[in-house]
Amino acid sequence: MSELFSRLALYFSYPFVWYALIVGVLISLCSALFGVVLVLKRFSFIGDGLSHVAFGAMAIAAVLNFTNELIFVMPVTVLCAVLLLKTGQRGKLKGDAAIAVVSVGALGLGYLVLDLGSASANVAGDVCGSLFGSFSILTLSETDLWVCVVLSAAVLIVFSLLYRRIFAVTFDEDFARAVGIRASLYNLLIAVITAVIIVLAMNLVGSLLISALIVFPALSAMRLCRSFRSVTLCSAWLAVLGSASGILISLLASTPVGPTIVAVELGMFLLFLLVKRK
Amino acid sequence: MLQIRCQNLSLGYDRIPVSEPVSFEVKEGDYLCIVGENGSGKTTLMKTLLHLMEPISGEILWGDGVTKNQIGYLPQQAETKKDFPATVWEIVTSGCVGRGKSGLFLGREDKLLARRQMERLEISHLEKKSYRTLSGGQQRRVLLARALCAAEKILLLDEPVAALDPHATEELYRTIEKLNRESGVTILMITHDLSAVSRYASSVLHMGDTPLFYPTLSKYLENRGVGGKEGTHE
Repeated sequence: MSELFSRLALYFSYPFVWYALIVGVLISLCSALFGVVLVLKRFSFIGDGLSHVAFGAMAIAAVLNFTNELIFVMPVTVLCAVLLLKTGQRGKLKGDAAIAVVSVGALGLGYLVLDLGSASANVAGDVCGSLFGSFSILTLSETDLWVCVVLSAAVLIVFSLLYRRIFAVTFDEDFARAVGIRASLYNLLIAVITAVIIVLAMNLVGSLLISALIVFPALSAMRLCRSFRSVTLCSAWLAVLGSASGILISLLASTPVGPTIVAVELGMFLLFLLVKRK
Repeated sequence: MLQIRCQNLSLGYDRIPVSEPVSFEVKEGDYLCIVGENGSGKTTLMKTLLHLMEPISGEILWGDGVTKNQIGYLPQQAETKKDFPATVWEIVTSGCVGRGKSGLFLGREDKLLARRQMERLEISHLEKKSYRTLSGGQQRRVLLARALCAAEKILLLDEPVAALDPHATEELYRTIEKLNRESGVTILMITHDLSAVSRYASSVLHMGDTPLFYPTLSKYLENRGVGGKEGTHE
């Protein structure tokens, strides 16, 4: 046991381990808060679709040799979020079909582009890294850290300021619209913020596993709590707990970070499934 | 006092009208029942009155003291809401969100208003209960309290008793009647229940290919026959 602690103490003498922990916790906190909204609005699959879009965009950015991939990936993902939302509301393709088209399309094209254009010797390894999370979470620079801190803070502030409106729009969109809340504006905001969170989360768990961060804490919290406020808070706590312990476990056991976090959160969810719903 | 006047209002999607133009009037304290078969345009009319969609042509004139977004709205029972994690208090107070001054946080006035409406509908004791554990009738009352928080003068009820058992149906009708008689709340109710029409309505709008407005109940009953032979029971 003491050996375990001394190993942890050694790890935490490196700043990059702290960076990874802070970024990991912040990202899962944001995902969990908006996860509650997405799950209750039946938007969870938008999150899944967008993560694939982010992968495709990342592939293109890699081939085009952007120095900072975020500058390209972020706008593309946000744009797709807006488009998916619009087609979901009205359009020729039904919402879920549109998401299927976009997500599979982005995934396929992303790999194709990487395979054809990448200068890297290890394309398969790169792809695996961006799909399932890489150890790049342990190579974050101080700039990466600050970008993540500022964006997460913005997400948290927006969420708490607009909490009541977000609740109204989530619970009953027609009613909210009828009393003069601009529901489509809030839907747009929710989609855009989801896109931002997903792009941030790609480093942590990889694009295939992002949905886990969004969906698991929210679903677990819904088993435990009965009010919207407590579901939101509980979801946030579970996410912090899950990602922190996931990162620690992955450090000690040398397992990949993303899948470890997902495994921890899945474990929590299965545990709470056994609890009788309040 | 006239609250709503619709003149030659043409309703529909993608500029294709669902019926001939509708004209009707609603005065303060009226109990207007909107009847008609499925697909006759009842829901479209409701959405237009709530400003969820624009009319193709014609206009809605709002009378004294009533402006846009001042209709309290009780939606149809939706499957998706049934397992929503929210307390009665959270749902009722969400009705206050659209009120002009009410800003980002729940104010003292909002809380007072919410408490008053909950007392009115006899659901104060349910305040901390979870919405998904309530009975159908209780859920309707919670949503009614939310609607009253948003607007106290006019209520638009979309098939309020659908899926309720006979006892809960009676109770809800009595509550609505009380709001109408004692507090002068104007009621616009979409319904398939023609026995309720003959008991409560003060005027009737019959939607169909040619919408017909009956300014009094007796005119409607004369034309349709008591018991509503032409209506559909569902």
